[in-house]
Amino acid sequence: MNADTVILILVATITAGVPLIFAALGELVVEKSGVLNLGVEGMMIVGAISGFMVAAESGQLWLGVLAGAGAGMLMALIFAFITLTLMANQVATGLALTIFGIGLSAYMGQAYSSVALEGIKSLHIPLLSDLPVLGQLLFSYDPLVYLALLLFPLLVWFLYHSRGGLVLRAIGESPTSAHALGYSVIRIRYQAVLFGGAMAGIGGAYLSLAYTPLWAEGMTAGRGWIALALVVFATWRPGRVLLGAFLFGGVTIAQFHVQGLGVDIPSQFLSMLPYLATIAVLVLISRNAKTIRLNAPASLGQAFHREVH
Amino acid sequence: MTNPFTTQRHPRLKTLLGSVLVASSLLLGAAQAEDKLKVGFIYVSPIGDAGWTFQHDTGRKALEEKFGDKIEIKVLDSIPEGAEAERVTRELASSGHKLIFGTSFGYMNPMLKVAKTFPDTHFEHATGYKTTDNLGNYNARFYEGRYLAGMVAGSMTKDNKLGYVAAFPIPEVLQGINAYMLGAQSVNPKIEMNVVWVNSWFDPGREREAADTLIDQGADVITHHTDSTAAVIAAQEKKKYAIAYHSDMSKYGKDAHLTAVTHHWGDYYIKQVQSQLDGTWKPGSIWGGIKDGMVDLAPMSDAVPADVKAKVEAAKGKIKDGSLHPFAGPVVNQDGKEVVAAGGNMSDEDMSKMDFYVKGITGKLPK
Amino acid sequence: MLFKLQPRPQPSQRMVWLSPLLAIALMLLVGMVIFTLLGQSPLKAFHAFFIEPINDMYGLGELLIKASPLALIALGLSVGFRANVWNIGAEGQLTIGAIAAGGVALWFYESESIWVLPLMLMAGALGGMLWAAIPALLRTRFHTSEILVSLMLVYVAQLLLSWLVHGPWRDPDGFGFPQSRQFTESALLPVMLEGTRTHAGIWLTLIALVMVFVFMRWSVVAFQMRVAGLAPRAADYAGFNAKRTIWIGLLTGGAAAGIAGMNEIAGPIGQLSMPLSPGYGFAAIIVAFVGRLHPIGILLASLLMALLYLGGESAQMQLALPAAVSGVFQGLLLFFLLATDVLIHFRLTPTWRSKA
Repeated sequence: MNADTVILILVATITAGVPLIFAALGELVVEKSGVLNLGVEGMMIVGAISGFMVAAESGQLWLGVLAGAGAGMLMALIFAFITLTLMANQVATGLALTIFGIGLSAYMGQAYSSVALEGIKSLHIPLLSDLPVLGQLLFSYDPLVYLALLLFPLLVWFLYHSRGGLVLRAIGESPTSAHALGYSVIRIRYQAVLFGGAMAGIGGAYLSLAYTPLWAEGMTAGRGWIALALVVFATWRPGRVLLGAFLFGGVTIAQFHVQGLGVDIPSQFLSMLPYLATIAVLVLISRNAKTIRLNAPASLGQAFHREVH
Repeated sequence: MTNPFTTQRHPRLKTLLGSVLVASSLLLGAAQAEDKLKVGFIYVSPIGDAGWTFQHDTGRKALEEKFGDKIEIKVLDSIPEGAEAERVTRELASSGHKLIFGTSFGYMNPMLKVAKTFPDTHFEHATGYKTTDNLGNYNARFYEGRYLAGMVAGSMTKDNKLGYVAAFPIPEVLQGINAYMLGAQSVNPKIEMNVVWVNSWFDPGREREAADTLIDQGADVITHHTDSTAAVIAAQEKKKYAIAYHSDMSKYGKDAHLTAVTHHWGDYYIKQVQSQLDGTWKPGSIWGGIKDGMVDLAPMSDAVPADVKAKVEAAKGKIKDGSLHPFAGPVVNQDGKEVVAAGGNMSDEDMSKMDFYVKGITGKLPK
Repeated sequence: MLFKLQPRPQPSQRMVWLSPLLAIALMLLVGMVIFTLLGQSPLKAFHAFFIEPINDMYGLGELLIKASPLALIALGLSVGFRANVWNIGAEGQLTIGAIAAGGVALWFYESESIWVLPLMLMAGALGGMLWAAIPALLRTRFHTSEILVSLMLVYVAQLLLSWLVHGPWRDPDGFGFPQSRQFTESALLPVMLEGTRTHAGIWLTLIALVMVFVFMRWSVVAFQMRVAGLAPRAADYAGFNAKRTIWIGLLTGGAAAGIAGMNEIAGPIGQLSMPLSPGYGFAAIIVAFVGRLHPIGILLASLLMALLYLGGESAQMQLALPAAVSGVFQGLLLFFLLATDVLIHFRLTPTWRSKA
């Protein structure tokens, strides 16, 4: 393996991590507001097919990305209505959202499996993209990759340096006091959940419009669940979400390279690696109960009703 | 057990009896309803625009064109293998479908069970190996097309490195991999090839990642034995070449697509439906090749030079007339052992149990 | 807003049972709209969906063999769900149960012993429990979310099965195709109804039903687990063992799913192959909720879910509707149920009358 190959592996790792970054950063905001939406997988896959359908019909890839975001938001709206307005159990509703999303996407996608679509292309930035090494490592991606990387500092600024972020976190920590201070807990949680839906939708659309680019039933293949795991792994800190996403992307890509090197391990075991790695990392992070307790939003997963509290 | 891999049919006394039964049941059927033959198709995936199921459905369309109102076809797609398949097959049989095609390997045992309870319904199973009085099977010698595709790949690679995205290490896939490699070596002895297994017949995400990996490792011609178009798309985006499988996928890779190993079931379906209509249907064990029109090479792209095209066409002619066998000896496996001696061809039976890589393929075969 | 939610002083017992019915009614209503939009006559579609699949003995038998694993798994899961232990990896536990039971069947290939089936049953249950013990251990020992761990293990289990049927357990006479040998008679569950595929596994589900019913109704442990689920703090004060709750919750689900896996391979499939289940482990989560986490409710919900599956196939056959429509219905049903559940704890009052 030479230096060129290493760079290529790094590039592949970054693109493999991008759908996770979108979905996990979205879910991070949702959880910061005290809501646990386990429906990320469902929102992602509906985003993937909606984006693909719109892009295939209109020929406009960007319209497809927007449609992915919109579809993710619609799915999130169902979740928000049932859990926030009707105060149903968030865990059960999230699971339902995933099951529904997988069914719905299969239904919507009947006519679109293996339809040809020119995917979102990598940008070619004059001069920069042609630089040796750096050109490939930093300037060879499609615009959505940069959007994901841009999202990160924006989110850090929003969460920790803006008034809105402060309110959001306050609601996640103690909805009753935030309510007493005159903030509308439900409205802000709605906003957070919808944002999370849009991000998951974009993550899904990235898979179907840029990464593959194809539509296939069940194509998210558990990435929504891995995004959920990443939020725990990151102990609700955006920087670590990024790190985790690339780590996971790296493991995904590495298994194919290991195969290519002729290591005598059945490929099924190599394919298990991303899932096993996720478990291992979760164990490492949650081993210390204090880190979780200190970092997890205090009201995570609990319903809020003005008159009950 | 009968040898599953022959193109010869073995008429037996019992099947004669069977056809008498069919004839009588057809008469009965005619008395009951309009004398339209009901034909059923069971697919494992959605039909889509390309791939395994799409090719079978193209064959189904040929049937409709040929027989028009004389037959009525019912298609059930996305039927999972296993317990579901048995119920669906049974539903088709009990609703009066007299000829039922199942096009996925995992339907074999379920179809066998249903065949026992519906002795006067005829079943055709693709890619299996079991036969009974009313269950036949059919498959194609995809490896013949693979050999020709390998010749194209071997001529077109600049870095002498090929990449192969494969689903599962079963004999049919290994036949393809080895035939492709032997074809490539026949025009370019310096060739090397990497194989990456994705453990799925259809998972565009992983197929894409595997194709990218092969390209990153230096392969400049990619082919695949999986169901999506992801490998061709990957090659197109990374400005490499690709050789598609199942269907002509040139619209997915304008510049990348060199050719494709394509499947053609239409003629076979027409023949079987005709024999059903004539009351002469017999269970067969068909393993048809280029000669039978079941396997072919899609038109080679303009990127392929004329002399390569000519060489490939010549080899195709030789495979057709039987003077060239992709696994003609000597075939040497990865460990240097001679598996087919010089002067002989690998037998159908040995091919059906293939479990090695030929020399020149890097990496070990997962066991 | 025209209506307002007002907390009820007491949860409404009536609504506990009414809300699933309301949810089913709403699902049918939405189904009607969907069918009309698809250009189908709703009446014909309903006939194809809900009547056609079960209008003969064979169809009824199919309903039972589909409902059986769903009910069995949902029963096991409900024990954990009641205590807020979220095992959503039943699909993986089913797979490992099937692998363990299939291992026994292959080990005793061609044996005629009557002990093969009981041994397979035990292996299936233990296999499922072993797989569920991983999230239980990680949760109790390292506080790791059982939701995520159990789910990740689904993928691992399926890859393990893939390796076995492609490698060591592949049928030696099977021309390299990825499936095990077909089990011999002694490893197959006897058929209960002539002319159907209904197998003795149904009895196991019924036994499980009675066991879970008795456990939930009369055992102190179940009561403690429920308290732990509803009010973890209170359970702490009362000295109930939270770890035990997690272990019991996960292991029960694992055992049930493992047995369901054993039933599938010793019943309709008759060998180890891929795929084993059309997502029973996930659909059972819906069944558990629609059935109110109550054994009788689960029984009814499993029949409904099984009918939705069969209906999807029949709709494809009769009306050329895509089979994926069933998935949509299943999801809708669960949404409506969760939504109507609000009426258990809240009353819907028109705002123009609720000045008080």
